[in-house]
Parts: sequence; C-alpha cells; structure tokens
Amino acid sequence: MRIALFVTCVNDTLFPGTGRAVVTLLERLGHTVEFPQEQTCCAQMHFNTGYRPESLPLVERFARVFAGYDAIVTPSASCAAMIRHNHPVIAAQLGGAALRDAVAAVVPAVHELTEFLVDVLGVTDVGAAFPHRVTYHPTCHSLRGVQLEDRPLRLLRAVKGIELVELPGADSCCGFGGTFALKNADTSTTMLADKMSRVLGTGAEVLCAADNSCLMHIGGGLDRLNSGVRIMHLAEILATTEGAP
Amino acid sequence: MSRGSGGGLDANDGRVWLGTPAFPEAARTALADTQLRHNLRHATTTIRAKRLDATGEVPHWEELREAGAAIKRRTARHLDHYLEQLERSVTEAGGTVHWAGDAAEANRIVARLVTATGAREVVKVKSMATQEIGLNEALGAAGITAYETDLAELIVQLGEDRPSHILVPAIHRNRAEIRDVFAARMGDWGRAAPQDLDDDPKALAEAARLHLREKFLTAEVAISGANFAAADTGTVAVVESEGNGRMCLTLPRTLITVMGIEKVVPRFADLEVFLQLLPRSSTGERMNPYTSLWTGVTPGDGPQDFHLVLLDNGRTDVLKDTVGRQTLACIRCSACLNVCPVYERTGGHAYGSVYPGPIGAVLTPQLVGVDKAPSLPFASTLCGACYDACPVKIDIPEVLVHLRARVVEADRDRRALPTPEALAMAAASAVLDSPTLLGIAQRAAAAGGRLTTRGGRIRRLPGPLRRWSATRDTPPPARETFRTWWRENRERR
Amino acid sequence: MTDERTDRPRPGTSPAEDDRHDRTDTGRAAVLGRIRAALGDVPADETPADVPVPRAYLRTTPPDDIVTLFAERVGDYRATVVRCAPEEVARTVAALLERRGVRRVVVPDGFPPEFLTRTDADLVRDAPPLTVRQLDAVDSTLTTVAVAIAETGTVVLDAGPGQGRRALTLVPDHHLCVVHPEQIVPDVPEALARLDPRRPLTLVSGPSATSDIELRRVEGVHGPRILDIVLVTSGTPARPETPETSETPETPETPDTPGART
Repeated sequence: MRIALFVTCVNDTLFPGTGRAVVTLLERLGHTVEFPQEQTCCAQMHFNTGYRPESLPLVERFARVFAGYDAIVTPSASCAAMIRHNHPVIAAQLGGAALRDAVAAVVPAVHELTEFLVDVLGVTDVGAAFPHRVTYHPTCHSLRGVQLEDRPLRLLRAVKGIELVELPGADSCCGFGGTFALKNADTSTTMLADKMSRVLGTGAEVLCAADNSCLMHIGGGLDRLNSGVRIMHLAEILATTEGAP
Repeated sequence: MSRGSGGGLDANDGRVWLGTPAFPEAARTALADTQLRHNLRHATTTIRAKRLDATGEVPHWEELREAGAAIKRRTARHLDHYLEQLERSVTEAGGTVHWAGDAAEANRIVARLVTATGAREVVKVKSMATQEIGLNEALGAAGITAYETDLAELIVQLGEDRPSHILVPAIHRNRAEIRDVFAARMGDWGRAAPQDLDDDPKALAEAARLHLREKFLTAEVAISGANFAAADTGTVAVVESEGNGRMCLTLPRTLITVMGIEKVVPRFADLEVFLQLLPRSSTGERMNPYTSLWTGVTPGDGPQDFHLVLLDNGRTDVLKDTVGRQTLACIRCSACLNVCPVYERTGGHAYGSVYPGPIGAVLTPQLVGVDKAPSLPFASTLCGACYDACPVKIDIPEVLVHLRARVVEADRDRRALPTPEALAMAAASAVLDSPTLLGIAQRAAAAGGRLTTRGGRIRRLPGPLRRWSATRDTPPPARETFRTWWRENRERR
Repeated sequence: MTDERTDRPRPGTSPAEDDRHDRTDTGRAAVLGRIRAALGDVPADETPADVPVPRAYLRTTPPDDIVTLFAERVGDYRATVVRCAPEEVARTVAALLERRGVRRVVVPDGFPPEFLTRTDADLVRDAPPLTVRQLDAVDSTLTTVAVAIAETGTVVLDAGPGQGRRALTLVPDHHLCVVHPEQIVPDVPEALARLDPRRPLTLVSGPSATSDIELRRVEGVHGPRILDIVLVTSGTPARPETPETSETPETPETPDTPGART
C-alpha cells in the first residue's frame, strides 16, 4: 500500500509536530509514508470565503500531486471534508473533463487520520501511552463534515494511562470558522469564551482534537488567559509511547 | 457598510430592514446585551432538547426527511404546473385566487379585499409572508387596523418591536419584559391587562386570552398565511398551537390567506410527510395542538368568502439559482435557528430581516439580491448543525458558500480595483500554488514571528489579523516547517 | 342587516365580485412567466413523476396495541382520557361534565342520544345555528370524532355527524369527545388516507397551548383549555368509572391511566 501524507498548509507552517507525529505513528505501525513535496493546500480558505477561481489551481495541484497513491492520509478533518465534498464541485464548475476525472480518481483515497487507522488499518490500540487528564473536542468538520463518529474516542480510550474526561456541550462549534473569526470577530470571540469555560470546567491538562485550526483558536484563547491547558492534536497523543514521551 | 442602501426596496419591506447595519456590527450590539444572550441561551437550550426527543423517537425520521426533500424538489421543478392546478382546485371549491408579483401588489390586493367588506379591523394569524410584505403597515395606511393574535406576535406588536425568530418572534424577551409590555400597552389596543398581572407565563397567556377574546368574537375579516396548500384538492393547512389560528380561520365571514408560491405541495396525501416533520422540528412536539385544513368554502361552516393570494416577491429569483433553489423547500420550522451557535449568541435582529438565523442568511440575500445583504452569507462558521437539523435537508452550508462566491463575484464586477481581501486571496493562491514561494513565505513568516514573539507566543498581529490577536495568542511559525524536517530526516536518511 | 349566525353586519357586496376587475391577470402572467424562465434547467419533457419521491417512511410496523398507545400519547399532552365500557359511556360523560362544572353543553346533530341519558346539564342544540355570543355563553361541547391517531395522540374532527361545525369545538372552554377503538389508526399517513379533504378538518392534540414565553409550554390560551376524551373499550364491561372531582390540571389525572381497566 502506497501511503501519502497530506500534511496541510497550516500544519506544515505552524504545527509541524503534528506531521511528525503522523509519520512516527504510521511507521510504528509498520507502514512506509511518502510526502509528495509538491503538495501545498486544499483551498479551503479560498473556497469557503467565496474565492472560487483562486481555489482552482490548488484543486488541480492536489489532484496532480496525489494521483496514484492507495491512501492519502491527512491529520485534518476539515481539509479531508473540503477535498471530499468540494473538490468535485470546483472541478465540475470551473474545470474540464480531465480535472473532473482526476479529482474523481483521487478523492476516494483521501482519509482523515482516524478514519485511516480505524477503517483501513483496522486498529484502535496503536500502542500509545499518555498518562494525563485529556478532554476531546469533536470539531464541526470531524462531526458533520467527515462524520468521524466515535473513531477518535475509540483510539483515545485505548491509550495507556490516559484519563479521558468528557467535554460538556462538545458538539457545539468553537467559533473558529476560518475567515469567520476575522469577519465576525465579536461573535467568534463570544463562542470561544463559552468553549473555553467548558474546557476549563473539565480540569483537563490537555485539550485535543482532529483539527489544528480549531485548536489554534481555542488554544490561543486559553494561552491568552494563561490557563495552563495545553492543546495537542490527537495524532501527537497517539504517537506518544512510554519510551518516547 | 449599510445594507439596503442599494435602493429599490420598499420602506416597509420585511425582507431587509432599512438602517440595519451589516451583520458583524449588528451582532456586536446584540452580544453586548447580556439579558438578551441569557434569554436566547435559555430558550434555545430548552427547545433543542425537546426537538431531539421528538425526532429521536421516530424510527423512520431520516426516511421522512428524504421524502420531504424529494416532494419539495418535485414541486419546485414543476412549480408552474402545481400552482395552476392549485388555482383550479381552490376556485372549484368556492375560493378566489389572486397572484401578486411583489409586496406592493400583494398589499394592494389584500387592502382592497378588506375595504370591500366594509371592515376597518382584521384579525391575523401569525404569518411570515405577511410580515415579509409589511402588510400591517400597508393596511394601516389604508385605514385598516390589523390585530396580531399569536401570543408572540402580540408581544412584538404591543412592544413596537421586531420579530427575532420564525416560530417564536418574541424569543428575545423574557417573562418579566413581557409582563411589562402587557401592563403598559394592552390598554391602548383593547382590553387592558389585569392590575395585578405577574410574570407567570400562565398569567401572561390568560391576559392575552382575555385581551383578544373580544376581537375574535367580533372580527369580520381574518388574514392568515399558509403552511401548505395541496394542489390536487386545493386544501390549505395552518399549523398552530394556541387556537388563535382556529379563531381566525373559523369565526370571521371573510378569510384572506397570503401564501408564498413555494408552499404548494402536489397532493393532499403529501401532507402526511410534512405534518410529521414540522411539529417535531419546530416545537419539539409529536403534533402541535391544532392543525386546520380547509378546502375553499364550506356552506354553514367557517368563512363564506375565501381568498388565496399567491406571492412571488423574489421567490422566482431563488428558483432560478440551481444551487439556491433548495432554499424554497423551507417549511419555516426554525430548527436551524435553535441549533445555530451564531444565532444563539446574536439573536434574530442582527440578521436585519424577518427571516433570521441560518435560513435567513441564505434566504434573505436571494430574495433581495446578494448586493443588498452581502454580510449575511458570511454570518456562519459553516459548522453544519443547521443541515443536520433541517427536516427537508436544505444544505444550508452549501448554499452559504455558494452565495459567498456570488458576493465576491458581484464585488469583482462592481469595483474598478480589487478589495484588500481579494488581493490577499489572490496572493495567497499564488503562493500556495508554488511550493517554492510557500517555502520563502514560511521562512519570512518564521523570521517575522520570532521578532514579535513574547514567551513563545505572538500577542499582536498586524492589519486585519488584529481582530484575531485581540483575544487569542498565536504560535509563531515554526523555525523548521514540516517539509524542511522531512527533507532533513527522511529524504536524506 | 346582520348575519344571523355571527351577529355581524352583512356587507353590501361580496369582495369576490369586486375583485373580478382586478389586475390579478397581469400578476398571474408575470409570476408564471418568471417561474418558467427560472426553470430553464428542467428538461422540457420532464414530468413531475420523473422526480422520484422515496416513500420508505411508510414501511413501518404499527405497535400491537394502538388503543393503549393513543391513550398514553393523549395523556402526555395533558388531555384527560377516561376508558369505559360501551354501556358506561353515558355515566362517564355525566361524571366528567359534573366534574368540570358544566351547566350548559352544546350537542351537535348526530351525537348519539344514548350517551346523554345520565347528565343533568342543559343540552343546547345548534339549530338554528347559535351566534358566536350564544356559543361563548356555553360551558362545553360534546362530540364524536372522525379519526384518532395513536402515535401523536390526536383526534381529528371533520364536521361530520356528531361533530358539528368547527366553531362549536372552539369557542366553549371545554371539549369532551367520545372515541371508539375502531376509529384509532396508528399514524398520520393512515389518518389522512381515511379523511375527505373536501370537509373542513381540525386535528386536535391536547388542549390549546403556547410555547411563546421562553419556549416553555403553557396549556390554555384561546382554544378550549380542557380536553376530555372518553375512550370506549370493546372488551368486557368494567365497573363504572367514578372520576375524581378535584381539579388539578398541573398533574396527570388519576383515572386517565391507560390500561387500568379494559
């Protein structure tokens, strides 16, 4: 099985540790990961903000760069949702028959990390150990975009030593929403405040999720409060073992 | 940026309220009102739990949603056929059908029909369509007083307020505020509130009962909306809870129903789908207390004069857009409002229209043109809760993103120079389409980030990003991006 | 000149006549023209039947005991259900009317006279039709029903024999209806299939209610604030019902418990 990592532009630039964690994790499970160097971005920001022509070259690039892999794994539920649902829309609206075919060929191979672990590799215990109090926020795209259901929680429950605490009102949006956080900054901040108070109420040391963009928003707020709560991508917890904390 | 400045909108148009600022500014005002936020959170939390119980107990709920969406799709694609059939059915059953291209035409038709009866007062059943066209104001200008009889509409009317929710227009008011409105204003409109009125909802409902009873028993003309109308039989349906609907639909001699053209359904039997979907989605009940179904005129029972006004008022513009068309499937249940995290914080007034919340954010710009409500498609995080809750499966996030593209395109066409946002987006697209440029940008950002970092975090960002950094710290761009790490640790291994 | 039924002045001309000279024809042509122009993407030869409507929701299994389900569901929305044997209906009706303090009750044409033999209340007929004022002065209305829906706890009135015109069950503050088991259907689709859309139909699920204040349900606004349902059982005769006389609308009524006697 040829596995490609789509690390995403946000992780590449701001959260490289998440990409390293995915590589560590998949190699530990006995797989070889490739990183096509020509990859960049899924065009989510452009598409969701209304800039469709600007998203087209990124869609073309994605289909070209990732053609031929058996599995394309990404540690981002929102990017996986963008590719799965919207790359075909952009190809149909703005691209030719060749792009439509290329997108149709590549999309089924795209898996969000927990989908890949649970559905394709069939594992829930990845041999991780993480002796900390953790709460999990299911991001909107995890819940409704790619419908991860309980896959992240099944993976987390199998982590040795973890103390997993439930986040109240978990399914309510954190207020990030990409450019929403800038265009509707006040509303976004109010939603963030509610989410933070829920997180702080759990007494967790670590907040984790399957999307670093939402975590950047919630974690940015928690840092501003000097709350002491750390944010971690799910992959980083799953990559941690007793030997390598 | 002010909505409605594009002109061409009637001052009484309920589709957009003139003078309402763009959503972000209107939302800021609402967010500062802690009482409002408390009221909204309390109400939406209550109804969410009820809706989940009511939909969860139906084993075939998803199949009902599929059927509801499909019936609406069939209707929209053959709307002319069904409206002509409805017209024939209603006429054969003794009713009269009128067609109104816009709000002004609808208002003229209704005012003329009321005037012809000699009545100077009408009682009204809660209706979104008549709010949308500003009917009460138009009737007022014709010397006719319209009395709203739904409890929430009464609260809005007495308080000289605007509706903020589709189902519960006074959701932004709590019981104490409602008590004050009743105590202060009921006497101006009819029977005054009891001297010792307290804020117990039961007492408030009783005060409304007494206040409106006299109107019901003497009204000669009633005006209603319609939830559904079956083309094959001409049967019109009004779904309600309080009995004010039955009073209006039964006691007066003349009944005038104003109905958006999208409310027609093909067959009477199709109501079996919507009468299951609507109550469970809106009030979270298995069935609302009262549903009235009538077909034209029944001698000796109910109104002997029945008029059905079919209203376009922008709906054919919605129909024309093959992505936006699904918005016409809306049955006005308001489930999307109740689950929306943005609506829960801002309330309905910030949307600047009688149609607030997620459905308003897609419906309003389509009814009036995206240039007249350009901030609404952006008033969402695209969290998708509305799509999950919608009983007729309107993919609201899909329509929102589609309308955002229309806003951006309209802006591109209108302006000589691109907006700063458009320039930034074009630049980002160029950088992201080149790993080389991306690498340069990442190194520059990392260098810039190190300069602004304190304690490992960025506290202030430049330009529009200030709105982000006002309340959030940001991690500095990594010294070693992932792609650099990969080259160092995997490619060269 | 007033309308005998409504006490209201009769207008000189019908608005419908006035409206024949309306600009409605131009409105009609404009709206239909815009609709057809908007549907340019729909193939000319597509018919409504070409747009599929999945009806998988109809493939459901009704519960075994829809009579009990009906009684439970009606009770959930604070209507009162009293089950009794056929020969006990008159006694049960009398007891309920007494319990509600009813002195004058409207009885529509076609209401079974054998159900009226035990009550002392004044029986008022709607012939000639009562004015709304006269109706407002009555305490209660007795009716049969056209259909009842178990899943939703709904009774449906179609103005047929024993039900009368719609105003009768609307203006008085108390509505008592008698339901027979064979009138109960499992769900909404079966109910609509049994009904004639040409008749005025009213679906009633519990007493009048509102959720307009803080989205909390409050019973009793404009419609009848008390809904009593006498559910006739088809089984063996039971001992006579003696409903309690205390009135506590806040709590479920004691004799309502379905299945207590069958």
